[in-house]
Amino acid sequence: MSTISNVEVVNTDQGVTPRRLPGVDGVWVAIGADSVIFAILFGSFMQARLHNPAVFEASRHTLNMNLGGVDTLILLTSSWSVALAIQALKRGLVDRVPRYLLGGVLTGLMFMMSKSVEYFEKFAQGIRPATNDFYMWYFTLTGIHLLHVVFGTSLLTYLWVRARRRAYSCSRRVVPECVASYWHLVDLLWIVIFPLLYLQRAV
Amino acid sequence: MSVLRERVTGVWLGLMALTCVTTWGLSKDLFSPAVAVIGIFAIAAVKVSYVMLDFMELRDAPIPVRVAFQAWPVIVAVMILGFWFATPSLA
Repeated sequence: MSTISNVEVVNTDQGVTPRRLPGVDGVWVAIGADSVIFAILFGSFMQARLHNPAVFEASRHTLNMNLGGVDTLILLTSSWSVALAIQALKRGLVDRVPRYLLGGVLTGLMFMMSKSVEYFEKFAQGIRPATNDFYMWYFTLTGIHLLHVVFGTSLLTYLWVRARRRAYSCSRRVVPECVASYWHLVDLLWIVIFPLLYLQRAV
Repeated sequence: MSVLRERVTGVWLGLMALTCVTTWGLSKDLFSPAVAVIGIFAIAAVKVSYVMLDFMELRDAPIPVRVAFQAWPVIVAVMILGFWFATPSLA
């Protein structure tokens, strides 16, 4: 990094450009606020676990770890596909953008289907949010996250439809960048939720 | 633009590999619970960090914003591990 006329710049493959946040600043305020709220929820979960580790450990073993791991792989792939869409926009390769966005939409739908299967399994076993503290947290954290996935997939679908009509380009990419940043937030939240609920062994 | 040459593709492959290590490696009983949990959350923090830097493009963001966001995975991982070590054992 260096500075030119007091403006921070960075060397990218598009040359020397000013340091900037993708999209608009307001989206980053929302992303930051959401991150803080989730951090508080994670801390509250750990505090609840501290008071009743045996119930949390026994309940954790009933979760489908393999499905949770696959969910992580799905969301990482989704984020990558959306990141490729933004890279294609930056390079002016607008014909490639719809296919990458469609990849994001389809993987978002896959995540929703996977979570539906998981919830169905739990309900079939008679497990409800009121069963114990662990399941209350399990349904709360995964449920709020799933709402984020539904909202994000809807936004990606909107982008995909608009991108097919060539509504976006290198100079018109603020909206796609905002949605992409939000979608990556959905990915990174799951990266923490998954080990928190599924993988955290007790001593 | 070749997808294989994109930096985000390398990052994606690395994140996928780390996920496999965590899910189907560290979670097994081969390791003590403390080693497993430290490894799992350290890897989670690294993964979040790379998602922020390369997918969210914070690598090219103004430094104060980048520092603020990069603090999040560190604070979250330290907080979780702090609670984990404070939790009484089951025995």
